[in-house]
Amino acid sequence: MTGIIIAAAVVGCVGLVLGLFLGFMGKKFAVEVDQKEIDIRAELPGNNCGGCGYAGCDALAKAIAAGEAEVGACPVGGEPVASKIAAIMGSEVGSSVKMTAFVKCAGDCEKAKDNYKYTGVEECTVMPFVPNGGAKACTYGCMGYGSCVKACPFDAIHIVNGIAVVDREKCKACGKCVATCPRHLIELIPYDAKYAVNCASKDKGKDVMAACQTGCIGCMLCTKQCEAGAITVENNVAHIDYKKCTGCGKCAEKCPKKIIHVTHA
Amino acid sequence: MSIPGVSKKINTAAGMGGAVIGVITISSLICSLIYDFILTPLDLTYLNTIVFILVIAALVQFVEMFLKKTSPALYEALGVYLPLITTNCAVLGIALTNVQNGYNLIESVVAGFGTAVGFTIAIVIMAGIRERIEFNDIPENFRGMPIVLLTAGLMAIAFFGFSGIL
Repeated sequence: MTGIIIAAAVVGCVGLVLGLFLGFMGKKFAVEVDQKEIDIRAELPGNNCGGCGYAGCDALAKAIAAGEAEVGACPVGGEPVASKIAAIMGSEVGSSVKMTAFVKCAGDCEKAKDNYKYTGVEECTVMPFVPNGGAKACTYGCMGYGSCVKACPFDAIHIVNGIAVVDREKCKACGKCVATCPRHLIELIPYDAKYAVNCASKDKGKDVMAACQTGCIGCMLCTKQCEAGAITVENNVAHIDYKKCTGCGKCAEKCPKKIIHVTHA
Repeated sequence: MSIPGVSKKINTAAGMGGAVIGVITISSLICSLIYDFILTPLDLTYLNTIVFILVIAALVQFVEMFLKKTSPALYEALGVYLPLITTNCAVLGIALTNVQNGYNLIESVVAGFGTAVGFTIAIVIMAGIRERIEFNDIPENFRGMPIVLLTAGLMAIAFFGFSGIL
């Protein structure tokens, strides 16, 4: 009987000593975690998409709590999340404009010509290694092999008739597709934008017309129409500055190729 | 457990190795002390397994706190495998081998340290191989864990070749 008591006492004492040691060390090595950080992390969506530019939701929560990132830095959560985080941080929501991804190409299967029939790997990122950068005659347009579709964590981009089209309702503007597209065709534009240039071809007008029925030929008619000076032609392709654009639509009216519009999925 | 778990990157594997070296060396020391000065005089040597497990569990907790404070990146990288050092057979195994072979204090610490270094070497080599395997064209059925287990098996055979030489 005494043996059992002694054994229990020994194990108990060892446990007690270790417990005290751990408790003491736990105090000494305690990591101060900001309560704000925990609260902010709870509000963030938790997809860890990296659209904010940080390594994940944890990293963004840390940055917001430290004041390094804005309360509306999460492009996925948008306004509702931003206001909740603002309440935690005790500051006002900055003007965060809801953005959406936009594919700058309208050259679908009917409108854009193919030079040859391609039957290889269906992946945009391998196209730079294919003759002429892919079957499409236009070397700037959407190839439609869907690397962006695979990159999208929200199922918001799809290949429709040979080109990528963004579902604006599902798009959270995380920027994954923007980073993936090897031709840099995808841009984040304001969700409210009514007009966008559906072409990214830097070719001269004649070459564009030879390759595609619906490409920007760099005629500059839109720039002359724009009263706000928001639309410029650089490298033979028009580009709208949404900070200046008033959405009057005169550029779209005058465009001889009718490529200034926003395609809805 | 931790061999296939954290052997994906050499850095993480080396971090795991470091943590295991720390745990095994200190646990060998403490276990040897407890065995020699508490359990043996009281005739309670049959309690060795349970007491050693207690010591190891506490030590792993301590290492976890320590890493969380000093190296959050490594703490994140090791993830769940860090507390699982507790169940690493090598840790308890060496503590029991020490007392079984009747090692004294210094011998126990050296044996523990050596075992842990061996573990580190093995896991780092494993991680090196796995980093290369990433780029290989492995038959579909063997991708992922199967090829890792096969690698572990081949490595075990290779190490087995050394036993008896040294």
